[in-house]
Amino acid sequence: MAELTIIEAIRAAILHEMEEDDRVMVLGLDVGRLGGVFRTTDGMIEKFGRQRVFDMPLAEASIVGSSIGLAISGMIPVAELQFLGFSHQAFHQLGQQLGRFRYRSRGRFPAQVTVRAPMGGGTKTPEFHADSLEAQFVQSPAIKVVMPSNPYDAKGMLIEAIRDPDPVLYIEPERLYRKGRAEVPDEAYTVPFGKARIVREGEHLTIIGWSAAVETCEQAAVKLAEEGISAEVLDLRSLVPLDVESMVASVTKTGRCVVVHEAPLSAGFGAEVVATIQEEAFYSLDAPIARVTSYDTPYPPASMETAWLPSTGRVVEAARRTVHR
Amino acid sequence: MSEDGVYQVLDPAGKLREGAKPALDDEFVLEALRWMILSRAFDAKATALQRQGRFGVFSPVLGQEAAVVGSAMAFDPKIDWLVPQYRELPAYLMWGLPLSKHILNLSGNPVAGRIPDDVKMLPTQVALAAQLPHAVGIAWGLKIQGKEGAVVTYLGEGASSEGDFHEACNLAGVTGSPIVFFLQNNQWAISTPRAYQSAARQFSDRAAGYGFPGRVVDGNDLLAVYEVTKEAVDRARRGDGPTLIEAVTYRMSFHNTTDNPSRYQDPKDLDEARQRDPIDRVEAYLRERGLWSEETEREFKEAAAKEIDDAVADAQKAPPPQPSQIFDNVYSDLSPRLARQRDEMLGRLPK
Repeated sequence: MAELTIIEAIRAAILHEMEEDDRVMVLGLDVGRLGGVFRTTDGMIEKFGRQRVFDMPLAEASIVGSSIGLAISGMIPVAELQFLGFSHQAFHQLGQQLGRFRYRSRGRFPAQVTVRAPMGGGTKTPEFHADSLEAQFVQSPAIKVVMPSNPYDAKGMLIEAIRDPDPVLYIEPERLYRKGRAEVPDEAYTVPFGKARIVREGEHLTIIGWSAAVETCEQAAVKLAEEGISAEVLDLRSLVPLDVESMVASVTKTGRCVVVHEAPLSAGFGAEVVATIQEEAFYSLDAPIARVTSYDTPYPPASMETAWLPSTGRVVEAARRTVHR
Repeated sequence: MSEDGVYQVLDPAGKLREGAKPALDDEFVLEALRWMILSRAFDAKATALQRQGRFGVFSPVLGQEAAVVGSAMAFDPKIDWLVPQYRELPAYLMWGLPLSKHILNLSGNPVAGRIPDDVKMLPTQVALAAQLPHAVGIAWGLKIQGKEGAVVTYLGEGASSEGDFHEACNLAGVTGSPIVFFLQNNQWAISTPRAYQSAARQFSDRAAGYGFPGRVVDGNDLLAVYEVTKEAVDRARRGDGPTLIEAVTYRMSFHNTTDNPSRYQDPKDLDEARQRDPIDRVEAYLRERGLWSEETEREFKEAAAKEIDDAVADAQKAPPPQPSQIFDNVYSDLSPRLARQRDEMLGRLPK
């Protein structure tokens, strides 16, 4: 077992699947000669050649759209969008076409496609590079939307995605790509979708997050523990399918909940979490559920992103308010 | 014309090609060179400031100065619109954007987004080719309203693979809009080489599919770029519609400050590109005409350095970004819900 970063875990997952199955191929911008702008596909073109590690012309819609056709032809594409913020240029293929193929063809063309994309802020990038768009894809039924927050999940969930007969949007936490290492098994393994992970057990409230925001939740839980508040942290890991059971079980135990995401407040996936919990666990709630998110504005210039993104301090404040009501 | 069908006035050594007549007077060539030297000097300064953490991610013009300056000089910033991508600094300055504003933009100050009201230029944006439909809209609107002026919009060969490029060109052709699509083929889209981008012999060939002319020009030849662009501007002004110009040039630096071309670029290619340096070519041409010496070169460089230092100092005088600005200009008026979010944010920030 080796200690890997998220980047290395992603690379290990793709490498394993490409070695095992020669239908698996990688396509995207700069994935070959450069090895990806974040080096997730480093060394692959040397190993598998240009046909299976393809540097695409600069057009996101055709990266996703041709992946659908490649899948129908018998390949298993692992497509990369350089940043999720540029998925809008592919939205009609990703949000509309990709998910609809199985449905429209009554199961004949299931489109076994994985689309990978980094997401999230905190790295002072130019505009569009940091937008958290996950909820938009949840509103496009028939694709799975999954988002690992640590190296172990990154590898296991990516192998799960590649092997999944359904299309999967696999969203990577850019800010955590190289932040810290964790033990990752050398062999292939899968982490099933639709199972949330209890990051930390607690009694007084549940803090729910996904992707890089899980780190913020964990840091908040550490601070809260210092003042005697015991927070359970739940990493949803996949938004579609959603692990309603784990959310409800945790909130039923604690009676209080704070949801954290980097996307703007209005119609963010937090709203779905809150609505689901109040439907399923209303009588267990001792306080209104709080949301800690970014604000309903465009992503601000990098110099101001710290004030805009949900911070540990804001999560701590929201948790205190929730607990002391 | 050079051997490969690419229009050229000056050869790489700065000599006029046989039969070629320069379309720019010496005075204008000197003016163009001033902009080119300023651009090159700014690239060096900005890269250094980025490395010190004072600027955000930055894309240099390096190697493409003749393409940008030569094309921009063919327009009249008083009546024509500039719709940039993000790698055309000297054009912004020629249109009237103060260099200090550009510096503020690079340092992440939101006030820099506001281009002076009398400058007919859109802010830069980084979604490749997304600006092209906007440019067509402006040109089309000028035509509908019978207003004078044409539009120039810049893109790279990579961006020309995007759907927005094809849709914008098609619409420009259909509406007969007064626009020049100036495509800088700098051979690289980050690490993706030109040959992977398109199987077309030349990017300019694509214009035929949209029903308007396409021209290919040596983008490192200031005089050729100016001449070809001027013809396209005249065409637009006459009401004859769009033109696609492909300027063949070379990105002599990184894509942006996060990029490391040594991972994918053969150093021989870069060395070869340096032999065709656009600034050297103009200098050689002017030297031949007795207008360029070590002394004038020193004067130009010193003037550029001073202009940049003054602009940096000016930019430093601007008030630093305020978090409250996050909520400015989201809508014409702040909704009660947004006002509440702003107040919540400001309430917990240190005073």
